[in-house]
Amino acid sequence: MTTNTATGAVPAADQASGGASVSLQNLSRFFGTIRALDGLSLEIAPGEFVALLGPSGCGKTTVLRILAGFETADSGSVTVNGRDVSHVPPARRDMGMVFQSYSLFPNMSALDNVAFGLRMRKKAGPQRRSQAAELLGLVGLADQARQYPHQLSGGQQQRVALARALAIEPSVLLLDEPLSALDAKVRLQLREQIRSLQQRLHTTTLFVTHDQEEALSMADRVGVMRSGRLEQLAAPSELYAQPATSFVAEFVGTMNRIPGDIEGDGRVSVLGAALPIRGSRPDGPVDVLIRPEELRIAAAPGGNGIVTMATFLGSLTRISVLLSGDVTVQIDVPSAGSAALAPGTSVNVTVTEAEVLVTGRK
Amino acid sequence: MAAVAGAGSQLGDGQVAGGQPRGGLPRGRAGTRDGFTPWRWLILIVAGVYFLIPLYAAVRFAGWGSFGSVVHQSGFTSSLGLSVRLAAITTVITLVLMVPTAVYVHLRLPRLRRLMEGITILPIVIPPVVLIVGLLQVAPGFLKGTPYLLALIYVVLAMPFAYRSLDAGLRAFDLKTLVEASNSLGGGWGSTLWRIVLPNLRTAMLSATVLTVALVLGEYTMASLDLYQTFPVWIVVFDQTSGPISVAASLLALFVTWLFLLVITVLGTRQARRTGGGEVNLFAVARRNSGRTS
Repeated sequence: MTTNTATGAVPAADQASGGASVSLQNLSRFFGTIRALDGLSLEIAPGEFVALLGPSGCGKTTVLRILAGFETADSGSVTVNGRDVSHVPPARRDMGMVFQSYSLFPNMSALDNVAFGLRMRKKAGPQRRSQAAELLGLVGLADQARQYPHQLSGGQQQRVALARALAIEPSVLLLDEPLSALDAKVRLQLREQIRSLQQRLHTTTLFVTHDQEEALSMADRVGVMRSGRLEQLAAPSELYAQPATSFVAEFVGTMNRIPGDIEGDGRVSVLGAALPIRGSRPDGPVDVLIRPEELRIAAAPGGNGIVTMATFLGSLTRISVLLSGDVTVQIDVPSAGSAALAPGTSVNVTVTEAEVLVTGRK
Repeated sequence: MAAVAGAGSQLGDGQVAGGQPRGGLPRGRAGTRDGFTPWRWLILIVAGVYFLIPLYAAVRFAGWGSFGSVVHQSGFTSSLGLSVRLAAITTVITLVLMVPTAVYVHLRLPRLRRLMEGITILPIVIPPVVLIVGLLQVAPGFLKGTPYLLALIYVVLAMPFAYRSLDAGLRAFDLKTLVEASNSLGGGWGSTLWRIVLPNLRTAMLSATVLTVALVLGEYTMASLDLYQTFPVWIVVFDQTSGPISVAASLLALFVTWLFLLVITVLGTRQARRTGGGEVNLFAVARRNSGRTS
């Protein structure tokens, strides 16, 4: 674990409380007959940045709101630093939150917004103003201290909201899709800013998003959720390279589904190769899940596929190939060598030798 | 080049705004700035004539001298004083009852919003006689002999207007998120209401106040049925003594009310300009209603 001082210039006001540990145990929550959470458990280490990723309606926001205290779980417990806070009201949970929609108080300047939490903590006027100013400086908005929310851009508003959440030196920082209302460029900048601030302040952070790129690029660990359950909780690289389930495999990154045949030795044959299977093997016909970069492609007359489209992505070009059996796969190749793979070209597609996931055929 | 392009696009916007004179409401500021087509002038002039000629006739009938002597008529001060006191009491009761109710419904019972709209519209639908008979049945005994009983009636009468103003004000900002943000920062219910909700509801509360005050200062039926001499009742009664002075009193009341509304509107707009909130809008209620029925 790194400490605050290791990174150097952290303002005195922002010496975080060292980051709290969070433990969610067996949370369940029904909304009417809809099961939003189904026995979910999650441990977050002090100072860790965990992202919850999943399609809308998977329960990720419910987890965050239960941790914040805005919802109560039907069963299960919420523990922060070993203390059960399940019945502590939000105002006394000591958690900073940044919301998806703009949540700055319209009747207060940026500075007063940031100072609000300190005011609620009965800090003296001069002290809270200097502390708030310091935090606005930290998010690069020192010059906007006197402006009202409607005078700030969306990105600036979310930075003020971040400063406001951090001002109370929260034990846990909660981010509820804070970037989703912003345009792409601002989103990218703010993403980096949030991550570097979090690392400097060492604040335990739970981040909820449906954007896999955000989750993978920012978090120490990413939890993929589906129907109120955690499908997998792992470091971004592991999630991508070794997805535990076919849902995770297809939700994170691009994934090809290619029909395969289970061999007698427990391998699966696909594109002329017999590959070892990782994880469970369903009964009946199967599809093999293979990433675009795990496929090889070469122009070959009379090959097993025909190029239908080539999409230039910068250094890589994504080639769509129609295989026999009406299966389309996507393959990433270096753009430099993609000239020979124009649409209509006959190609041969092969797979690199590796363990693969299989799933029931759709 | 850039400047030319900019001017061109502005012209384009203007044409779009001006090019649809029959398109109903003007869109945003562009429409109000340069949208004065001949049709609008005509409507403005017709409406102006319709409203101003009766006023002019009233001023001519009363004569300037009447305005000076109004103040000295017996009953003028007491009836005006009663009306102003009733306006103040009604406004306070209305806001104290309605603000927490509207906030609570928005936060905790959003599904009841429709029902609340229905309930609050009832005083307009129910005939005044029914209202007052009903109220006399349930009013506390110590109020029955005093004119302040009227304040209770006026609270009921003002409910449709006050509730709708507050409802519109609450819809104008994301109440739930702001309250949650305040809570997560350590704000309890008291400070959240005082520092977050009320300041952002200020313009809506001013609108509600404006409508309530205007209603109380102009209400005649209830007061006369209940046999109390509020200002409007005094004007009608005094009309039998001296027509011109009674008309002068009406005009004075009109101007004083108008001045009062202007002050409130200016105050509200100044606040709105600072924080970017909504302006005090007297016609929000009417517009909302017409929008719903169409």
